[in-house]
Amino acid sequence: MILCLVEPGELSLEALAFAQRLGPVHAFSVDAGEAYAPGAWAAAIVQLVEQHSPDAVVAAASDRCQEAMAHAAARLDLPLAANCVSAESGDPWRVVRQRWGGSLLEEATLSGPVKLLTVAQHVVQAAAPVAVEPFAPALSEADLAVRVVRREEPPPGTVSLTDARVVVGGGRGVGSAEGFGLLEELAALLGGAVGGSRVVTNLGWRAHSDQVGQTGARIAPDLYIACGISGAVQHIVGCKGAKKILAINKDPHAPMLARSDYAVVGDLHEVVAAVIAELRR
Amino acid sequence: MNIAVCIKRVPETGARITLTADEQEIDTSYLGFTISPHEECAVEEALRLVEKHGGTTTAVTLGPPAAAEQLRNAVAMGVESAILLETERGDWDPQATASALAEALRDGGHDLLLFGNESADSGGYQVGIRVAYALGLPCVTGVKGIEIADGVATVRREESGGWEIFELPLPAVVTVKEGINLPRYASLPGRLRAKKTEIARIEPAWREGGLRKQRLVVPQEQGSQVELLGEGPAAATRVVEVLRELGVA
Amino acid sequence: MTDFPSSAKAVVVGAGIVGNSLVHHLARLGWRDLVLLDKGALPNPGGSTGHASNFIFPVDHSKEMTALTRDSTNQYIELGVHTVSGGIEVARLPERLEEFNRRITSSVSWGEPSELLTPAQVKELVPYINDEIILGAFYTPSVGCVDSLRAGTLMREAATALGALTVSASTEVTGIDVENGRVRRVHTDKGPIETEYVFVCCGVWSPRIARMAGAAIPLTPAVHQMISVGPIPLFEETPGEIFFPIVRDVDTNMYERQNGSDMEVGSYAHRSILIDPDEIPSIEESALSPTELPFTSEDFDVQLEQALELMPEILTVEGAGIRHAINGLLSLTPDGMPILGETPEVKNLWSVAAVWIKEGPGIARAVAEWVVEGASEIDVHGADIARFHPGQREQRHVDARASEGFNKTYGIVHPSEQWESNRNVRVSPFHPREQELGAVFFETAGWERPWWYESNGKLLEEYGDRVMPREAEWESRWWSPIVNAEHLAMRDRVAMIDLTAFHILDVAGPGAVEALQQIALAEIDVEPGRVIYTPILDHHGGFKADLTIMRLEPELFRIVTGAAHGMADRKWFSDRLPQDGSAQLTDVTEDWCTVGVWGPRARDLVASVTSDDVSHAGFPFARCREVELGGVRALASRISYVGELGWEIYAPMADGAALWDVLWEAGRPHGVVPAGIGVYGTTGRIEKGYRAYGAELESEYNVAEAGMTRPKVKEHDFVGKEPYLRHRGEEPAAIMSTLTVDDPTSSSGVKRYMLGREPVLTPAGERIVDRKGRPSYVTSAGSGPSVGKHVLMAYLPPEHAVEGKQLLVQYMGERYPVTVAVAGSTPLFDPENTRVRS
Repeated sequence: MILCLVEPGELSLEALAFAQRLGPVHAFSVDAGEAYAPGAWAAAIVQLVEQHSPDAVVAAASDRCQEAMAHAAARLDLPLAANCVSAESGDPWRVVRQRWGGSLLEEATLSGPVKLLTVAQHVVQAAAPVAVEPFAPALSEADLAVRVVRREEPPPGTVSLTDARVVVGGGRGVGSAEGFGLLEELAALLGGAVGGSRVVTNLGWRAHSDQVGQTGARIAPDLYIACGISGAVQHIVGCKGAKKILAINKDPHAPMLARSDYAVVGDLHEVVAAVIAELRR
Repeated sequence: MNIAVCIKRVPETGARITLTADEQEIDTSYLGFTISPHEECAVEEALRLVEKHGGTTTAVTLGPPAAAEQLRNAVAMGVESAILLETERGDWDPQATASALAEALRDGGHDLLLFGNESADSGGYQVGIRVAYALGLPCVTGVKGIEIADGVATVRREESGGWEIFELPLPAVVTVKEGINLPRYASLPGRLRAKKTEIARIEPAWREGGLRKQRLVVPQEQGSQVELLGEGPAAATRVVEVLRELGVA
Repeated sequence: MTDFPSSAKAVVVGAGIVGNSLVHHLARLGWRDLVLLDKGALPNPGGSTGHASNFIFPVDHSKEMTALTRDSTNQYIELGVHTVSGGIEVARLPERLEEFNRRITSSVSWGEPSELLTPAQVKELVPYINDEIILGAFYTPSVGCVDSLRAGTLMREAATALGALTVSASTEVTGIDVENGRVRRVHTDKGPIETEYVFVCCGVWSPRIARMAGAAIPLTPAVHQMISVGPIPLFEETPGEIFFPIVRDVDTNMYERQNGSDMEVGSYAHRSILIDPDEIPSIEESALSPTELPFTSEDFDVQLEQALELMPEILTVEGAGIRHAINGLLSLTPDGMPILGETPEVKNLWSVAAVWIKEGPGIARAVAEWVVEGASEIDVHGADIARFHPGQREQRHVDARASEGFNKTYGIVHPSEQWESNRNVRVSPFHPREQELGAVFFETAGWERPWWYESNGKLLEEYGDRVMPREAEWESRWWSPIVNAEHLAMRDRVAMIDLTAFHILDVAGPGAVEALQQIALAEIDVEPGRVIYTPILDHHGGFKADLTIMRLEPELFRIVTGAAHGMADRKWFSDRLPQDGSAQLTDVTEDWCTVGVWGPRARDLVASVTSDDVSHAGFPFARCREVELGGVRALASRISYVGELGWEIYAPMADGAALWDVLWEAGRPHGVVPAGIGVYGTTGRIEKGYRAYGAELESEYNVAEAGMTRPKVKEHDFVGKEPYLRHRGEEPAAIMSTLTVDDPTSSSGVKRYMLGREPVLTPAGERIVDRKGRPSYVTSAGSGPSVGKHVLMAYLPPEHAVEGKQLLVQYMGERYPVTVAVAGSTPLFDPENTRVRS
């Protein structure tokens, strides 16, 4: 039997599908009050393992599940295979897990009386929702010693390059310091920040602190919009942490485009102005 | 404050990773090595906390003799002392690593143990937590902000668009994520100091772990094709659709 | 990629500064159907251009490198990518101040304004420098930085706008087909391209690409370390990429250059780190780029301390750190010169490699002129790929010399300085005898050649002050007064000179006469047994070579040329032989050893070991024939480069030792001395005003200017004939002249002797420039022991080429009075040539 820790969201459905391939699944969620406490989640896993003696416990490689599974692994002194893309039962189990953010795979064996695995994001199709047992673990004071004491929404105002969910970057194609006005406008609409390539900061169009690149900031936003940036390696190093890249460039052969997920070929001033207009509609 | 930062030596890879013939390691013939990025931020955070509250910093790593380079990098950034758990073995899984680190840190009298949330290479997401349990310390992971006051660490992490705030009595273990700060570069005097700094070397005791690497595989290229959204201003509609799909507009 | 070209006039491989500049210049000169390929993406495909420091210091001791740099700078300025910052070379050591005086000499020679600064003046320009550790500086206000990537883009665009160019980035060359010794097609990962020409502009990858066609480009990738320290608040306040002058801390082999808010520190001081071209990682494997390898910090430690000494304030400023550090790759060659021209192995396969940012556009222009017009305006023979003999193309040699040369990047290099590594590669059969005689060997083309013989030290007493002893250390370096003593002994008695390094080529066959007529200026169709001295011209009428040709038989000619240029001459001749095979060239350099026997007693010496008639009537000047010398069958040629009666004697290598012994023993009663190349190449030659290729004779000067026109022009057509006729008909813009130094005494009372390349000035101290814009400078300099003067050669405009005219020569910070002794080709010593013809 496979225990599967479930929290709201798509990732747990993927983990569920992964678990279902390994055997009959008992899905559970943790019922331990409003304030999240990793220790409480770990207690739930440990107690369910004791109750059910499952072959394995599976959870998504989300921040919370990953954390809870690691806590449980430490409590049980069991190995934990994080970010698995496949698993095969046997003695020991054979798992394939991601390394280097998925750039590399590791084939490994996983031993121990109960196998603990987290499932890499977006490698298996999500399962249909199933019945989930809300499990309320017996909790000690220690389990709750570390818990969320309050929650904050992000303060309004300036967004820093490294924190921004969206970064709008400008390169030589922006043409002038004034040309960045348009990029500022787009960034403001998206609640993002503005950065520049090394050329731009060297030309004095932007402050040196705005440089995205090897010798400037290394950013990891959800979206990086690269406007008029050719895509020097120096710059790529700074922005490759972005989850998605949209490149706007008049040169269809600019290397930035090859490094991007989305591309628009055209004059960046015209394109950005049109996007701003469309966002304001 | 007495802070220990645990770091890991990892290769600085390019766009394509190639493996050694035995498929056990990355071929590093052309590669340099660096401190794993989250841990570099942990070093920076330790330095900032000490700059604010006073105290000392120690960098710790488990690795081959060459890992002294990363300890020196940390010293060059400003860390005061360095401990190398020196080993030629390649089969340290997270359980074994955590156990060795815990032994080395047990009597260090540290107020705060900083880790990276996960290493760049193996990405196990667990060594910091295991060390916390071994030493009986509270722990929070994925942290992007630390405030210290009155023996309590108030830490914050991002969760579904907002921030979750935790409070931990010191001593504690905190694993941090890139973005908590922008790590400083080593200064020239720092680099010269690093060259002269004595690195304490400990032979760590290995224990059997349950996760064993068999071999590494380079995954097949998933055709990460660029999606052309259009040409010129006419592409704006499609651009905005994508911005909305990505949840940024 | 449906529009990938399937054919081209020329495929240029590599879109760094060289390839981009080359397509621009080829297009400008009218070529069309050009294809530029690079395996990387544009504008920075990942080669050395992408991480270059991009600064340009114009002054070099080398005339052609200065000219190429100036042309490049002008091109960068025209493209709008050049920023003037000024450049300062600082001295930490006293000997560097002397070198700066020498650099001033070169700056005047080539017309690049520079000045010397005191430490306080440096401090004014570079406020953050520690002026307490510097002794002085050499300042060139025109030093600047360029955007080489932007320049490349603009040049590609210019060629594209002419409709001449297709650019294909991210395209890897996988093979080059050669058919009948000629390039035929380039294979790429996007398909094959049929092409007439291929240009290898691949920097550190050049050996790898050329090898695909079976050709060698003898360079090695080598590491040049660089770090970038910032942010520096002072720099953040200044506009643009660079505001403060670039500082070269030459005594520590380092430079410091502002780059935006950072200070870039580059080093040529660390150990030589050579990389095999096959070991360069691919673009995808590289963390940064294939030519930016991981920084090895331990190699840089010493430089860190030195940089901190020089610029303590800004390098330790709060918040500044090492933001970027690389082991950058650049190309090193065995002799420090670029590698240009058609490869000797494959027709129409051209190398344009080992070129730096500072000379890239200029070299591209020269190469484009060379391939399109047959010759370039700036003489680049020193960089001709054909210059290497086989031993110099071996990896062992390339690596040894690259390693040795790397730390000399900012070094004080004496013009005669010898290499230490990989010596004794080629030795003559006389070598053991020469060693016994205490020969001091200099190297030319791998050959060990005696420059003088310590055993002749006893002659110093005999000649006393006539050996013109040198007082200053610089001029005594790589020199001995024994050279002048050997010279005097030769003029008095007789000398034996080892000339085995001569490059010897046989051209034979029914088509030989016709072929050589096409190549040589002189009449070739002479009686067998004649020796012909002839210039070889390029298509512009400039000098390509000068050499002698012996007609041994009606269909057999033997060409004898200098060792240094022998390989290039060989290519020049073999390229021009008839396609039908009616004339064949054979390189017999390794088959023959040569000894020169010259001096008033030479005939007595030779006559004593042969029964052949060697009288003047029996063996006149400019004749050659086989003779038997004490049992050794040899070829004797009655000519002289030192102005004395005598012969060049050629014998099979195996008989060399025997020949030497025969001559040596026979010479004893005549007081024979062994003499070195110091006599042959400098003192003996310069007293006679004999011109040397590479010094007086080069492509930028013509036969009329060199004073070497003949009364008659041969009927037969030959390369350069048309410009030669034109040059004969016009007043020369400059005339080769011989000058003597009136008084070599410096202001401090030390006798100083110029070594060459110094500027010739008017009595008022003005630079002399001819109507073609060429400055007058010393082309050769040396002692004239028989005339008792230090002798100089120089091209002078007609108004100055007047015998008896007083001029000045600048040397080591002072000006010395000189007199024009001869305008034209009349020898200073024995002007009637009675000795040679006696």
